[in-house]
Amino acid sequence: MSQATLRVQKISGHAGTVPGEDTQRQYQVCKLIDTTTCIGCKACEVACMEWNDLPFGKTTFDNTYQTMPETRWNYWNLIKFDEHEKADGSLMWLVRKHQCMHCADPGCLKACPSDGAIVQYDNGIVDFQQANCIGCGYCITGCPFDIPRMNPETHRVFKCTLCADRVSENLEPSCIKSCPTGCLHFGSKDDMKDLAEARAKQLRDHYDFPNAGVYDPAGVGGTGVIYVLHDVTNPEAYGGLPKDPRVPWTVRLWKGPLKWLGNAAMIGGLIGLFAHYLRVGPKAREDEDITMVPHEGKQP
Amino acid sequence: MSTLPVTHPERLAPHHRILRYAFHERAWHWVVGFSYIYLLLTGLAFWTPWLFWIAILLGGGQVSRMLHPWFGLIFAVGVSAMYVMWHAQMGIKQIDKDWFNSVGYYIRNEDDKMPPAGRYNGGQKSLFWGFVICMVLMLLSGLVLWLPEYIPWNLRYLRYLAILVHASAALITIGLFLIHVYMGVFAERGAFGSVIRGDVSLQFARRYHPGWYEEITGQPANPEK
Repeated sequence: MSQATLRVQKISGHAGTVPGEDTQRQYQVCKLIDTTTCIGCKACEVACMEWNDLPFGKTTFDNTYQTMPETRWNYWNLIKFDEHEKADGSLMWLVRKHQCMHCADPGCLKACPSDGAIVQYDNGIVDFQQANCIGCGYCITGCPFDIPRMNPETHRVFKCTLCADRVSENLEPSCIKSCPTGCLHFGSKDDMKDLAEARAKQLRDHYDFPNAGVYDPAGVGGTGVIYVLHDVTNPEAYGGLPKDPRVPWTVRLWKGPLKWLGNAAMIGGLIGLFAHYLRVGPKAREDEDITMVPHEGKQP
Repeated sequence: MSTLPVTHPERLAPHHRILRYAFHERAWHWVVGFSYIYLLLTGLAFWTPWLFWIAILLGGGQVSRMLHPWFGLIFAVGVSAMYVMWHAQMGIKQIDKDWFNSVGYYIRNEDDKMPPAGRYNGGQKSLFWGFVICMVLMLLSGLVLWLPEYIPWNLRYLRYLAILVHASAALITIGLFLIHVYMGVFAERGAFGSVIRGDVSLQFARRYHPGWYEEITGQPANPEK
């Protein structure tokens, strides 16, 4: 989406090297979302739409505080509300800001066949370039977080850019800027992890949350968006945050061993057939020559 | 010479030729052939970044992505028509198993040592069933891949399965297609003409499809034996 002037480290559907890869040392950027101090005000939802100039569609009211059931191609940032019953029977409200996680090992980028439709910048931001998107939807299949959304009219896929355009100009993402409680933080991955761990320790030591922890799933190589959760052993309770997200194994098989096996078989097949023609040749030079092959009877 | 009945005199053509493929058979063959080539080229473009330039050449990635499923439907209709036309003749019988057991002779062009094939030999029958089965697999998985955004999250395993099934079935058809084109265009002179003009020479029928030759002409293919 953005035309940010950031160095690129990974390009989808790209043959050959990545120009500019490793030419610059950049911090891995990270957004920290502390769900324990989020009040669900939705300022980030509004700021996201404002900054990214997204057209506003109709919301869906289903007797909850949630703006709509799922994110949309033009609604990248959605707060998920869950009423959670604790072990002692008391009620607790789980509020989680949901958006692209900016995986270090992005399944969308792995699955994408179109050259340059998805890029990962050196700072870790995963960004869709709609000009190069062919609308195949493979990214939807590759993503373990159900994030990419198809625009039904343009057949291009959209998602949160982590405000790559703002970050490239040394500004924080617009959602961070708008947060009134300070539950959103932005900085280097190392700093954000330190901050998150300190907060989780505080929750474990001084509040009644013995399972408090940081959600930074290793299955996708860690993420550029991390959460502090009251109970890190049960992320599903927070609007279906997957416990151990991974790029689907069929996607990894398809883009890995199957691809090399298939390529070897196709090239080997072509070479084999050509070698057969060189070695054995056609069954007969011309149609008429068929009669001249030995062991044949007389013409009818 | 013995006098077997000429069961299909209408298939005998002047100049010692036999009609092998009627017009509707040839027409459906090329519906399938041209749609398959388009699907192959655009499919290879989506398969590997090293061949993505094919999609650019064919009008761009968006156009290729938009047309690939529609050509897929044409291909599916064509293969279905082939199934209707030919499946009765494509049953795998003992002679076809024997054909595969002696396929080494076939590869070395020692066709006189092969069991006498009918209108279709064991290899051709395998090609037919391979394409029919892979067409069904690619159609079903292709419908999922066509509109993945409408597959709900809790049915996502359909999408995960579809990418594997689609690519695997396509790879099998590529293997069959390479052998088919090689046999029809290069190895077996007269075969390509049969699917353009429809007829083959009597010698061609007698050598490669002795059972079919006897059925059409009423003459034994190998009087000396």
